Amino acid sequence: MSFIEIDNVWQEYGHHVVLERLSLNIAEGEFCTLVGASGCGKSTFLRLMLGQERPSRGRILLAGKALPGEPDPGRGVVFQRYSVFPHLNALDNVAIGLELPRAPVLGRLFGAKKRAAREEARQLLEKVGLGHNLDQYPAQLSGGMQQRLAIAQAFIMRPRVLLLDEPFGALDPGIRKDMHALLLTLWQETGLTVFMVTHDLAEGFNLGTRLLVFDKTRNDPQAPNAYGARVTYDIPLNADRQVARARIADIAALQPD
Amino acid sequence: MRLVNRQPERGARFLLMLLPFIVLVGVYFFGSTARLAGNPDDKLLPSASQMVAAIHHAALEEDGRSGEYILWADSAASLKRLGLGLAVAALLGLAMGTVTGVFPLARATFSPFMTALAMIPPLAVLPILFIVFGLDELSKVMLIVIGITPVLARDIEQRAREIPPEILIKAQTLGANSWTLVLRVVLPQLLSRLLLSLRLMLGSAWLFLISAEAISATAGLGYRIFLVRRYLAMDTILPYVIWITLLAWLMDFALKGANRLLFPWSEGART
Ligand SMILES: Nc1ncnc2c1ncn2[C@@H]1O[C@H](COP(=O)(O)OP(=O)(O)OP(=O)(O)O)[C@@H](O)[C@H]1O
Ligand SMILES: [Mg+2]
Repeated sequence: MSFIEIDNVWQEYGHHVVLERLSLNIAEGEFCTLVGASGCGKSTFLRLMLGQERPSRGRILLAGKALPGEPDPGRGVVFQRYSVFPHLNALDNVAIGLELPRAPVLGRLFGAKKRAAREEARQLLEKVGLGHNLDQYPAQLSGGMQQRLAIAQAFIMRPRVLLLDEPFGALDPGIRKDMHALLLTLWQETGLTVFMVTHDLAEGFNLGTRLLVFDKTRNDPQAPNAYGARVTYDIPLNADRQVARARIADIAALQPD
Repeated sequence: MRLVNRQPERGARFLLMLLPFIVLVGVYFFGSTARLAGNPDDKLLPSASQMVAAIHHAALEEDGRSGEYILWADSAASLKRLGLGLAVAALLGLAMGTVTGVFPLARATFSPFMTALAMIPPLAVLPILFIVFGLDELSKVMLIVIGITPVLARDIEQRAREIPPEILIKAQTLGANSWTLVLRVVLPQLLSRLLLSLRLMLGSAWLFLISAEAISATAGLGYRIFLVRRYLAMDTILPYVIWITLLAWLMDFALKGANRLLFPWSEGART
């Protein structure tokens, strides 16, 4: 049994078929990069994985169970924009992820618990290179720093699945490279399963352990919306990286925590 | 250089800002002097000394009948009504706007209703308020509340809906439930907006206050100017109008300052 099973999933909006006959099996710890023409349904696929929408047909299983029908802490997400809270500084943007699940009434922690949450958030921010920007609001951070913050925010939850929708689309190539290194490091350490949409084919090939190409297999020029996209190429990549990651996981398992 | 590209320099900017005020004051006293020269008993454009005397009487001398300093008593009465009305309206508007903005079920139920309510001209229901709440304080506060709450609520609802859906989804992936989502993510962003909306509604609030006071009151800035109107006492009315304007401006300034202080990250703090 695979970690994620996508079983003949369709997504339609009225008469507009966006995804059709989508079937995939994804192992835990896989880094899937998703590419495809604009408008072919990559974001739609992520919305389905996130639980923001439900498939019109078919089903998605996560660890053998039906995927929860709304977003939850088990699945993290980073969008291209609007991923961080504008009214919180960098430290609180990350610490809030530790506060919310533990404080269902007030949504915040106090005293020693709050200090502990902030300390944990600070360590993660240092790791993503924002150790000197703890007090700054997102509007004061550059685009690259905001995405680092969004990644830290997602990782503090230790999700099993991470969904990224063109997270580096608005960044310049140099900063993009740094972000790739950061993302790979975190992925190798945590062993989570990643789905990342990108328009940059090189990025897709470099980062992923599996490249999924979304495209339409049937096309009716009279009715462009009659047929949806499916995965036309499913290419395993960077096998060495996956082996290395598995080894890191083994070593981590041997070490008493 | 084209006119659209010409910027005033810093010193010039200050002078340009003062210019309309200076012109207004100049024109006024030119007219006043001319009229008073023709007829020393003319009441329409009182001189500066007449106005100073009227202010002195209102602000620094005890009133013969009530034993109060009427300017201060009037200001206190009006500001109390205004403050109470604004506070209640702000709370109601924030609560209703947030709930309809965030929860689709509440929006489906109440949003069209609020839109309909906001169409009612508040002054048209003033007689009803007088009948239901009596002629004293409550009906005046209620007029302000009824007049501005629907507008505030609709504005807040609109702002809540403008929060990108990504933000709400992100909060859920960080473990928020519906309540903590509102408490920690939506409300803080809307509070800043509320201060901005309140600033924009200050004018209406004063309008409703003065209207209510003009019709029925025993003290208040609006009451006073409508009372002395009977004696054509422009020497009192004009300083009162300036005083009301000053108060309104100070409130606007305070709300702006509060926004900047409390919500340094926000758009509202900058406008
Ligand atoms: N809620 C919706 N209602 C109707 N149509 C929708 C809805 N959401 C998406 N679509 C349609 O689904 C199609 C796929 O959209 P989607 O955003 O998934 O594309 P995408 O592959 O992410 O494109 P891009 O690369 O430009 O981000 C689009 O044609 C869009 O118009
Ligand atoms: Mg997309």
